[in-house]
Amino acid sequence: MSTVALPREAHPHAVHAAPTSFWRKYIFSLDHKVIGKQYLLYALFMLAVGGLLATLVRWQLAWPGKPIAFMGKLAPEGMPGGQMLPEFYNSLFTMHATIMIFFAIMPILIGAFGNFVVPIQIGARDMAFPTLNMMSFWIAVPGAVVILWSFFVTGGAAAGGWTSYAPLSAVQPRGQTLWLISLLILGLSSLLTAVNFITTIINMRAPGLGFFRLPLTVWALFITAILLLLALPVLSAALIMLLFDRTIGTTFFLPANLIVSGQPWPNAGGGQPLLWQHLFWFFGHPEVYIMILPAMGITSEILPVFSRKPIFGYRAMAYSMLGIAGLGWIVWGHHMFQSGMNPILGTSFMISTMVIAVPSAIKTFNWLGTVWGGNIRFTTPMLMAISFVSMFVIGGLSGVFMASTPVDVFIHDTYFIVGHIHYVLFGGSLFGAFAGLYYWYPKMFGRMMSERWGRIHWFITFVTFNLVFFPMHFLGMRGMPRRIYDYTQYTHLKGLQPMNQFMTISLFVLGVGQLILVANFFLSMRRGKVAGANPWHANTLEWQTTSPPPHENFVGRIPTVYRGPYEYSVPGHGSDYWPQNEPPTGPPPAHAHGSPAARAHGSASAQAHG
Amino acid sequence: MKLTTTVPRAGRLLRTALFLLGAALAAPASAGALPFWMHLPEQASTFAHEIDGIFHLIMWITGVIFVLVELLFVYFLWKYRHREGRTAHYTHGNNRLEVIWTIIPALICVMLALISRRIWTEIKQRMPENALQIQVTGEQFAWNIRYPGPDGKFGTADDILTLNQLHFPVGKPVVAELTSKDVIHSFFLPEFRVKQDAVPGMKTKIWFEALRVGHWEIACAELCGLGHFRMKGFVTVDTPEDYEKWLAEQAAGQAAEQPKAAEAPPAGAEGTQVAAASGKGGSS
Repeated sequence: MSTVALPREAHPHAVHAAPTSFWRKYIFSLDHKVIGKQYLLYALFMLAVGGLLATLVRWQLAWPGKPIAFMGKLAPEGMPGGQMLPEFYNSLFTMHATIMIFFAIMPILIGAFGNFVVPIQIGARDMAFPTLNMMSFWIAVPGAVVILWSFFVTGGAAAGGWTSYAPLSAVQPRGQTLWLISLLILGLSSLLTAVNFITTIINMRAPGLGFFRLPLTVWALFITAILLLLALPVLSAALIMLLFDRTIGTTFFLPANLIVSGQPWPNAGGGQPLLWQHLFWFFGHPEVYIMILPAMGITSEILPVFSRKPIFGYRAMAYSMLGIAGLGWIVWGHHMFQSGMNPILGTSFMISTMVIAVPSAIKTFNWLGTVWGGNIRFTTPMLMAISFVSMFVIGGLSGVFMASTPVDVFIHDTYFIVGHIHYVLFGGSLFGAFAGLYYWYPKMFGRMMSERWGRIHWFITFVTFNLVFFPMHFLGMRGMPRRIYDYTQYTHLKGLQPMNQFMTISLFVLGVGQLILVANFFLSMRRGKVAGANPWHANTLEWQTTSPPPHENFVGRIPTVYRGPYEYSVPGHGSDYWPQNEPPTGPPPAHAHGSPAARAHGSASAQAHG
Repeated sequence: MKLTTTVPRAGRLLRTALFLLGAALAAPASAGALPFWMHLPEQASTFAHEIDGIFHLIMWITGVIFVLVELLFVYFLWKYRHREGRTAHYTHGNNRLEVIWTIIPALICVMLALISRRIWTEIKQRMPENALQIQVTGEQFAWNIRYPGPDGKFGTADDILTLNQLHFPVGKPVVAELTSKDVIHSFFLPEFRVKQDAVPGMKTKIWFEALRVGHWEIACAELCGLGHFRMKGFVTVDTPEDYEKWLAEQAAGQAAEQPKAAEAPPAGAEGTQVAAASGKGGSS
């Protein structure tokens, strides 16, 4: 951390000339801002693909077997005559989840916002390794190509669920191999990103920017990057083992005497199906936090700005994220309570899982504390961040149900789980991503998005999201299994069809509502009001440079940081915000340095710089 | 906090909210008033009410927390909305509050874990004595159920095999040993609050005991391939007499149908023949 104060100008590679050729400027750019925007478009495109897949899934659930004429032409093998086949249905939900998790949520939160925002917020001219950064993105592209291509191979795309439990995933058609290859490629991309973020955040902070003056978005992405760095190798190892089981005859996950379709499976013996689950969830549970921590960071960024108040409990916020990151490694077994894993082990995983609810509770109460006593502006980013908090509460509380081992006996693998994960990933991560999009759009593109259409988009999304996903808890309570092509086969589930139809119709409205975002996003680039450097009157460094920021982010010297990121409405200060880099004039107001953040980190590094 | 002219309105809003909350909480008390999808399925096993008990306990605790947190959040958002002349309250937090809202959720969670542990141990760790022993083997896409027959031993000539038909008597615990021939399946009896994965290469024991005579369904809860959705079985709980009668019928039928199966091939291989014979095995 001794490098904190190193002035960027002293760095031999700090200043480059801006590239002028089209290829170097827009395609193979080394600029973190361009790479961030590339990730944004990539993620939004994949979000649309994943959403369309979900629509088909929900169509089948509302009207099982009812043909969709045009799909008969579009996907003649999966939907002959427009009628969905069970294997195609399995591919749809597998690909929906895979695409949303790996190709939409992760790229938008980490690739897009992480890349665009982190270097500017810490006052760096770029990421530590710009070429590596470019490679991260261009490795992620073939990952997406492979996963989309898998729809067109014999037997269709992977159909073993996003969890790809062995041995099913070992005996599935070819699409599963492409799924494995795609995730291996993407894992490499994320690993490079993780290394880059960690190095950047540790080494390239502006003078005066100690760890406890970092914006919480940076904290969140720092912790996320560490989780990625440690979790992804485990996933990659498991993916390679499964790939070998499928291709070169190993038996990591295949036990003896496996009989598939009445035939003994050629390579079987010595393997253990549960090994896959342990490896997968050892990655998979940190993965859940990889997807929620950045959204928590964004929310913690936006609530103070529009409440015009410091974040409540800055240190508690940072420590609770660290707590989540630590505990996240010892809860994976809660996905395996009913797997045949020793029930005693189940009990210990239940206890760690119950404990991990606590940091999330701390965060929620601190968000409440942040809006309390504020001076709240209901802009679109704020509405999205508010939705994040209120929906995350539901996702967090519903998690307590499956943490309890006996309750999990009943709700495991039912729609209750599907409801829970969507309250966390849509209600949480995606609302967080939307909040970030509306918040940083002016910085990214120099123009404001339409507030009016933003609010309409928020309203439709918020209402229909709940109409689609809340009833899932009821479906789960009636015992409707997830990943089921036709639940009307069961007499005890037949009565749930009207509810499923209601949810599907709500999803159509939700989907159509997203067109508003698409239109607002593209039209505002040309027609939006010119944003200016700091349209939200925010304190963090990205708002103290032009919109969009120039090549290498800051004109002239790197800013020096004098205070924490959330010094809003400081008594005695002229305006209700106080940028981090604004030099103190005269005697500082009594309260300004009373913040724990400011107190602890004084100005040791600022002195070193100055 | 300063009292302003908006407080009477806030008070009214709060009262309305509290009334709605009370009404919502009182609703489940008037049993039967709720639509069917708002409560858990009927309880057919002896421990179902214990699982439901903790489900409802968690629902109440999280429900109250949910309502309070959301109400407070909405109230703050409304009360502290931007108005001309307002200045936000400058504070960085409160350590005492942090401690309180760390300890209380931690205590609630630990309490829930302790209560859960007791029930979990009872239903998954302790197998009852004097139980009816059966073997359940999943395969794509059917349940093979094996009864030991009169000699009480599995893998002998008098074993009784059924496909997707699980019969057992009321009032006697059943211990089922689960496994699978191909991929992972999950043996799910919703009304019994029973769910356990059937994993190839592993044998997992579970138990359950029926409260009453009746007919229910077995569902497969773990994705197992294209026919996963139709991997359905049937549960019939009989009186002890009817059960014995059914068992005898099965034994007789099996002896008449398959005299050549008498040499009792090893468990595992046999299920395939049954599945194939019935034409329901399906293929992937």
